[in-house]
Amino acid sequence: MRCFIGIDLGSTTTKSVLMDENMKVLGRGITGSRSNYDIAAAVTKQEAKIGTRFTLFRDRLASNGKAQDAEHLIGDLERTFRLEQFLYMLSELESTCDGFVSGPRVVGKESIIREALDTVFKNLRAEAIGIYGPNAARKSDFFRDIAGSRYMALAEDVAKKADLNFDLLVNIYDKSINEIENRMSSDDDVSKWFVKALDRVLADGSTLNKENITSAMNDTLSIPLDETYVVGTGYGRVRLPFPKEHIRSEILCHGLGAHMMFPGTRTVLDIGGQDTKGIQVDENGIVENFQMNDRCAAGCGRYLGYIANEMNMGLHELGPMAMKANKVSRINSTCTVFAGAELRDRLSLGEKREDILAGLHRAIILRAMSILSRAGGIRDEFTFTGGVAKNEAAVRELNKLVEENYGKLKINIDPDSIYTGALGGATFAHRACN
Amino acid sequence: MGTQEIVAKCQAIFDDLNFTVAREWKAAKPGRKVIGFMPVYVPMELIHAANALPLGIMGGGDSMEVIHGDAYYQSYICRIPRSTIELGVTGRLDFVDMMLFPFVCDVIRNLSGIWKMMFPNVVSRFFDTPQNFDEKIGGTYYEHELLELKEAIEQATGNKITDESIRNSIKLYNENRKLIWSLYDLRAKEPWKFPTWELYLLMRAGLQLPVDEHNQMLKDYIAAAHAEDKPRRDNSRIVLNGSFCEQPPLNLIKSIEMAGCYVVDDDYVLINRFLTEDVPLEGDLLKNLSTTYLKHSVETSCKYVPKEEDKGKYLLNRISQCQAEGVIFAAPSFCDPALLDRPMLSHRVSENNIPSISFKYAENSGQMQPIREQAGTFADSIKLWS
Amino acid sequence: MSAEKEAVKDESMLLQKAMISRNYDAITSKHETGRKVVSTFVPGNLNELVMCFDMLNNLPEINAIQAGMRKLSGGYIMEAEKGGHSEDVCTYVKADIGQMARGNIAPNGKPFPDPDILLLSYTGCYTFMKWFELLREQYKCPTVMVHVPYQGDGHTTQNMRDYIVKQLKEEVIPTFERISGKKFDIDLLRELMTRSAKAEDDLVWVIETAKHKPSPIDAYFGAVYYVGPIFSAFRGTQEAVDYYKVLKKEIQYRIDNKMGPITPEGEMKEQKYRIVVEGPPNWTNYREFWKMFYDEGAVVVASSYSKVGGTYDMGFRHDPKNPLESLADYCLGCYTNRNLPTRVDILEKYINDYEADGLLTNSIKSCNSFSAGQLMMMREVEKRTGKPGAFIETDLVDPRYFSAANVKNRLESYFQMIEQKRRGVKSAA
Repeated sequence: MRCFIGIDLGSTTTKSVLMDENMKVLGRGITGSRSNYDIAAAVTKQEAKIGTRFTLFRDRLASNGKAQDAEHLIGDLERTFRLEQFLYMLSELESTCDGFVSGPRVVGKESIIREALDTVFKNLRAEAIGIYGPNAARKSDFFRDIAGSRYMALAEDVAKKADLNFDLLVNIYDKSINEIENRMSSDDDVSKWFVKALDRVLADGSTLNKENITSAMNDTLSIPLDETYVVGTGYGRVRLPFPKEHIRSEILCHGLGAHMMFPGTRTVLDIGGQDTKGIQVDENGIVENFQMNDRCAAGCGRYLGYIANEMNMGLHELGPMAMKANKVSRINSTCTVFAGAELRDRLSLGEKREDILAGLHRAIILRAMSILSRAGGIRDEFTFTGGVAKNEAAVRELNKLVEENYGKLKINIDPDSIYTGALGGATFAHRACN
Repeated sequence: MGTQEIVAKCQAIFDDLNFTVAREWKAAKPGRKVIGFMPVYVPMELIHAANALPLGIMGGGDSMEVIHGDAYYQSYICRIPRSTIELGVTGRLDFVDMMLFPFVCDVIRNLSGIWKMMFPNVVSRFFDTPQNFDEKIGGTYYEHELLELKEAIEQATGNKITDESIRNSIKLYNENRKLIWSLYDLRAKEPWKFPTWELYLLMRAGLQLPVDEHNQMLKDYIAAAHAEDKPRRDNSRIVLNGSFCEQPPLNLIKSIEMAGCYVVDDDYVLINRFLTEDVPLEGDLLKNLSTTYLKHSVETSCKYVPKEEDKGKYLLNRISQCQAEGVIFAAPSFCDPALLDRPMLSHRVSENNIPSISFKYAENSGQMQPIREQAGTFADSIKLWS
Repeated sequence: MSAEKEAVKDESMLLQKAMISRNYDAITSKHETGRKVVSTFVPGNLNELVMCFDMLNNLPEINAIQAGMRKLSGGYIMEAEKGGHSEDVCTYVKADIGQMARGNIAPNGKPFPDPDILLLSYTGCYTFMKWFELLREQYKCPTVMVHVPYQGDGHTTQNMRDYIVKQLKEEVIPTFERISGKKFDIDLLRELMTRSAKAEDDLVWVIETAKHKPSPIDAYFGAVYYVGPIFSAFRGTQEAVDYYKVLKKEIQYRIDNKMGPITPEGEMKEQKYRIVVEGPPNWTNYREFWKMFYDEGAVVVASSYSKVGGTYDMGFRHDPKNPLESLADYCLGCYTNRNLPTRVDILEKYINDYEADGLLTNSIKSCNSFSAGQLMMMREVEKRTGKPGAFIETDLVDPRYFSAANVKNRLESYFQMIEQKRRGVKSAA
């Protein structure tokens, strides 16, 4: 089938969206942007295809009736698919680690190291079932994050017991994970995980007709997903291995993506890791004007990252803590360079963490308001996208300031707004062929 | 009235970004007008002579959130034009009949053009003082400029400016300058009795109050301060330089004193003592204003110093007059005048074995800890040296 | 530069290169020839007057540009900052001061001799005043100032003109006579100004050829070369007159053959976007910056930067009949000495007269005279013309402030937006 794919190569994550002939979004993919942009693009594209296969499979089951049972099955299947994928990557990681047990630092210790690694991976595999168990919460969906944190914990323990230098194991892991991350999984691998995952789910018993389901899966997997047209965008777009006509600026893609999500959109605010954009679009999603933060990156998403580090908190914990504030501290600088110093200064003066955080969120939004003002103000409807759009404290301040300065407007936030640029890219890809 | 009461009144005026005092003055009698001006110098006498209140606008300070003002300026431009635009956009200056943008630097110069475009209903004017100090050259030019300014003020206010009214205004401003200079002298002598932050608030109040009221306030304060006993501390005596346009937050001024420095001279709110001698009351008054500017005004970064050997002389003189032990160069970030001047001034100061430190601030700086540390270390090092 | 491919050069460029190196040679050999050297600025450059006293004109801005293009400015700037100059201020000044600290070597490899006089033509830029106070501190040489009042209300007055003429008569000319030992000859000044006006006519012809489609010139990156002789040490010389003759012939040829401008990589073929640019260029990455335009098919058809040394396309010519008054008018009319509403009018006129697609502002960190207020100007021009604007930020000669990825990202977004809008209008029609 004809597929139209948009890839948004951002500074921290790479996103993709796959749509069909009728501009229906079938799948999305996300992965960490790594030093190798080609791989990041390929991995996220594969992820979007995986998502697409799930959608196609779901559609097929739904057409056979029993929608509710099918939903339940697909939920299990998604989880189990990730488990299979994880186990596969784990075995890849294990053999790669094994390959790195060499060199002058490990001479004479090879067998102890191999034994240690063996224990670590055995435990990891055993844990995997639980990690991907029903209702299990995962902090990240990226292999690097999940495997890495567990590997470190297990290896430290094993190293202590075996009287082995922990750094050696860390070193082996670091080398290996970089290699693994630069490997691509093939369509065949993906098909295999689907089949294995389905077997595992069905073995647990299901009220659905197993034969129908298996044939639906086989049908789904046999559909070729042609990359009819791919459009790249985002900060790293120039590094994508695409011909020039396949590349669109992120401003254009963001404008169009926001229009696709909310067709009434006239003004878009995107706060990403590295920059903040204010975009005006017309009724067709065509960009009329835009402004980005100037060279100074004050007030961008990265700023919250610094604050989180400084406060020793997770990025996603900042918003909820700021929501607890009783008063909003006045923060006058969103300069990333001074963020830490200002924070310590205020804490030492006895200001409360939540109040300071509320002030920081307000400062970020104030800065965004200036950029929007620069781009010609805010018009109805107003769509907010990017990672910061997930932060409730930031959204609260934005709502307040928008109303104060522009009156009551419809403010749109899509939970999947990080895919806005990729969605715009996929739409451009579709337009290029139709 | 004690100093506390007077200072509290000044603080209230300082904190009020709606300029209520000036608004009420204007509303009190028909025919009254208000003319706003930016740092660093305008002849307030001409404004006053037109039955108008000269309103000094020194930005928005550290308590105002700037949204729209930031939309007009890149990150490498100082803060005062942003907050001033914010004051304008938010309607806080809607009672101002005319705006004057005197020569300070290219940023304020260009702000005059922005104001013309943003507020077409307000008469906005750039006011260029001469950089040639020869009476026949710069003087003649300046007299004409003053004449043009006078006519523009008359037109904007609808009030005729007579010789008599100028003379009366000059008299009041001569008195104002004399009182302020004497207050500065008193502080240099007994800085513990005249804390700089109090002095500063008094100066800021003068930017909003009618000059006669301000004169009375200054007299009251001087009398009250003499009567009060304040403990003398073992502080170092410093001159502060570089803060003639965008003002530091009040907390910064307090922090320097708390860190162990007596500020014995500064260049905050320079307009009220820009002229160092009385403007004569006889003869051609515009010429008198011009000549006093040319021959008897302070040296500051936005004035050219024609002779190399005179550069920094004014600062050195003030250091010795005020018996200062060191200099703090405190300039606003991205302030071309202060920062370009600083290397030359600091050379002069160090040639004369006077210690100095320097730092930058913005009118909304929030962090005082580094300032306190630097000023404190500086004060200590001065004591160790002497 | 050596790593880069040798740039394609026209005859006029080679001619200009030779003129510039002759001038540098004349300056660095002043001790042998006994000639005196005046340092002064591009806006308000009084070259004819300097030539009347047989003195040489050395322009520190041009030296900083040279250092920027030769990738030396970064080191000079750091040197100046080490010496106590703030990171916030103009990098032309710091490049100049840092260059002095490192031996003050001219582009011809010989040391610059100290100037005999600093002519502080204080025109349209506050920093000029401090720059020469700083140089005066180092050279301890005579300094004479011409204060050019700013056109705050968008027009000049007789008082401004008189003030400048008086400064010329009573301060500049007597000082020049004293330094050079030569008597002032007003007829010589008239003669030189006649030549100036001739070259100025030709320059205007050149700049206005950008009205053609395709444009035979780039009125920003290319115009930097075209304005060179008139903005620097050659206004009033026969060399300048001859240079423009050659240049005109080259451009006429391109017009006749429907050719585009010559870029460092040869003729620019496709012209998809016609852009007006406000603000000076970046010099440290000049070729890379230009490439971002011609690679996308963007040609600059008018720019304000090519008016910093005189707004000749608005009608001004040096007038031999009123030599001193005309010098005053020249100084008063330089682009950065005009108020913001006038600058907006000029840019609006450029968009319309040159049928441009929009206004691009290259905002320069160093230069508040240009930069403070550019966002307001852009908004106003957008409003009046209905054409979209874009904003990028770089610096004159500070390589730390040129982020290629950042600039390219914005430029591409801007050009694509113009393209998309154009298509949108077409499909709607």
